[in-house]
Amino acid sequence: MNDQKKIDRTRRNLLVATSVVGGAASVCAAAPFVASMWPSERAKAAGAPVDVDLSRVGPGELAVIEWRGKPVWVLHRTREMLDSLKAAEPKLTDPLSKASEQPPYATNEYRSLKPEIMVMEGVCTHLGCSPQLKTAEARAEMGADWPGGFYCPCHGSKFDYAGRVFRGAPAPTNLRVPPYAFVAEAGLVIGEDKATKGA
Amino acid sequence: MAARLWSWVDSRMPSLKQEWRKHAAEYYAPKNFNFWYFFGSLALLVLVIQIVSGIFLTMNYKPDANLAFGSIDYIMRDVPGGWIIRYIHSTGASAFFIVVYLHMFRAMLYGSHREPRELVWIFGMLIYLTLMGEAFFGYLLPWGQMSYWGAQVIVNLFGTVPFIGPDLALWIRGDYVVSDATLNRFFALHVIAFPLVLLGLVVVHLLALHDVGSNNPDGVDIKKYQDASGHPLDGIPFHPYYTVKDLMGAVAFLGIFCFVMFFIPEVGGYFLEYNNFIPADPLKTPQHIAPVWYFTPYYSVLRAVPPLFHSQFPGVLAMGAAVLILFFLPWLDRSPVRSIRYRGPYYKSALAVFVVAFLILGYLGTESTTVWGQFGFDAFFLDTKDRATWLARLCTVVYFLFFILMPWYTGRDEVKPVPERVTH
Amino acid sequence: MRKLVIVLLLAPLCGWAAEAGYRLDSSPHDPHDLISLQAGARTYVNYCLGCHGLESMRYGKLTDLDLTEAQIRDYFMFTADKVGEPIRTVMPRRESKSWFGVAPPDLSLAARSRSADWLYTYLRSFYRDAKTATGWNNAVFENVAMPHALWTLQGERAYDRESRKWTEIAKGIQSPAEYDATVRDLVNFLVYVGEPAATTRKVIGIVVLYVLAIVFVFTYLLKREYWKDVK
Repeated sequence: MNDQKKIDRTRRNLLVATSVVGGAASVCAAAPFVASMWPSERAKAAGAPVDVDLSRVGPGELAVIEWRGKPVWVLHRTREMLDSLKAAEPKLTDPLSKASEQPPYATNEYRSLKPEIMVMEGVCTHLGCSPQLKTAEARAEMGADWPGGFYCPCHGSKFDYAGRVFRGAPAPTNLRVPPYAFVAEAGLVIGEDKATKGA
Repeated sequence: MAARLWSWVDSRMPSLKQEWRKHAAEYYAPKNFNFWYFFGSLALLVLVIQIVSGIFLTMNYKPDANLAFGSIDYIMRDVPGGWIIRYIHSTGASAFFIVVYLHMFRAMLYGSHREPRELVWIFGMLIYLTLMGEAFFGYLLPWGQMSYWGAQVIVNLFGTVPFIGPDLALWIRGDYVVSDATLNRFFALHVIAFPLVLLGLVVVHLLALHDVGSNNPDGVDIKKYQDASGHPLDGIPFHPYYTVKDLMGAVAFLGIFCFVMFFIPEVGGYFLEYNNFIPADPLKTPQHIAPVWYFTPYYSVLRAVPPLFHSQFPGVLAMGAAVLILFFLPWLDRSPVRSIRYRGPYYKSALAVFVVAFLILGYLGTESTTVWGQFGFDAFFLDTKDRATWLARLCTVVYFLFFILMPWYTGRDEVKPVPERVTH
Repeated sequence: MRKLVIVLLLAPLCGWAAEAGYRLDSSPHDPHDLISLQAGARTYVNYCLGCHGLESMRYGKLTDLDLTEAQIRDYFMFTADKVGEPIRTVMPRRESKSWFGVAPPDLSLAARSRSADWLYTYLRSFYRDAKTATGWNNAVFENVAMPHALWTLQGERAYDRESRKWTEIAKGIQSPAEYDATVRDLVNFLVYVGEPAATTRKVIGIVVLYVLAIVFVFTYLLKREYWKDVK
């Protein structure tokens, strides 16, 4: 091995080592810039969990709560509404909510912790419009076989009382269920559950 | 893979390789650059730091008189990593001037502004002027008391111009006082207009330099002795030699930069003034107004000149002249040699006195004019008894004499023989 | 306009005269003393928050001081419902302005615009003065609009501006040493509020400097290796 080769090798090694160390340091230097684009404390405070008083939501009533700038529906489902879910099942895209987003405790036929209380993000999974409540009384408008549910005015997606999308609608999946938990007697907190609180 | 991608690019855009060769791989720089030659590349580094941190600050800053101050505090507290970005930018502003002042001083040491590099110097001076504007506009944005009253004073300086002054000041502010309109336009100028000009001037500065080639601490022309392939014997390619050297310099500089930023970001009120932590209040002037340190030498000149005919305009003129006179440096210097190494005692002592005067002016500008007390006697010529004002006057005279007498003392100086080649 | 320039140029002159005066004591606060910070926060909430907000701070941020959210809710949060909310004062600005002549300033940045030393001395320099509207005056801040908020703790004192002598009028709940400690804690808290990231900043700074030192060694070696060529 001649001298020239030796010089080249030390040079190469040093070059690689400096690049690696310098590159790693540069990546670290980028950290605050990347971090600054995440939600700030103000945004987090504004997006804090919201308390809902369930005693004010009577059977069959829908309350729309704002959480993180999105409408969240709290629907107190009646017996008839819950029964309609079973009937709707054959017509749904994803009846078992396998391809849809919801916390594990809402991965069931009612997509909720308690069957009678539905908590759902009122944002269509198609392009983000907010669907409207259309009860079974709206058959004149929605068609004779309408079991009741939600209807998105933008592109006509239809959902049942558990936010599950009907086949033939542009929306690909069921409506999202936000994290939530029941507190005390008639209290509901949206945006926080045991899992997120523990974290 | 990388080689194939590169040849694909190269066949379509050969100028990329040509420019790289011209400005780095085959740009021959003298091999004897010393410590003073780090500051050019460092200035470029600070420019990049300021642009990047500035972009991220604008993501959360609000150029609105009601929101601006709060949005800075919001960045400092609520935005993740926001305080780091803000301190980078505030430290960077001062670092920029430190680096630029040292870079300019280097030129005065080694005669880098002399023929044939006059244009390099002039573009450099234009960068310096733009930088002052950039810093001035930027300083209003935090909308603290010092921001507000500093801008008020400086804008009013334009108001002293005879005849058009008051209208000029009104036009700059866009309101009868410094206000939301002023803040909004200063924001526009600070984040886009001046940075664009600055970038353009930096490119021109470098192009002008690379056309004539770099000077060196001996001030000799390295192109005179060339090897068989036409490269200067005392020159080495900028890349890799100066890229690795400047890289080392950059890391050392970042060490100092980070020390300031993480441990003494306010630098005793010099980098971040204490009064700027109070929101701007148009009805209440702070007890002591001083510009940020990098403007204080000129501010001292302004204060030193007594009002004539009830007008502050002579002071304003003197301040402007103090900056603009630097443009003429290449022609004021008549010495047959460039570098201070071969100059005689006249220039050496003149430069030393000048530096001392400049530093004293800078210090006095940060302080009240009573900082050094008053003379204990009365005399007809004493319009003010403040010692500091009189010292500032003396330094102002020294400052101007350094330039005005330069053709005389540099021409008459005893110079030493300049070597044919660089001495290392 | 020209006059304004002259006035502004001369303003520092007048300002200096007013500033000169009482010698500031050096503040013994310690940003690493969490117990002191917690005590300062308690004092602030009990004695200061009635008039002075800390609007840039959020209650939740007090977890920095080793407090749990439950503790913050129970012992500190009297002016908000959620821990994410800013520490606001309950006093409406307009009314307070008519009471004191000036609206009590928000103190989020008090320790940065004033200094810790100033705050520490100022809070220990109130004295009885029959000539002022509030019956209080301050040796550091003459004719201050604020009455002595902590007087029950410190007691009442008189001060002679000529001779610079303090005399006790009435004892407070705390001894002078205890009162100094209370003020120390309060100032400590205000310094923390001025820049909550300050402690983290220094920790990160040390790491950054170490990293840069390592990078420097590599770049130095690389430079030396290449510059072997240059004769």
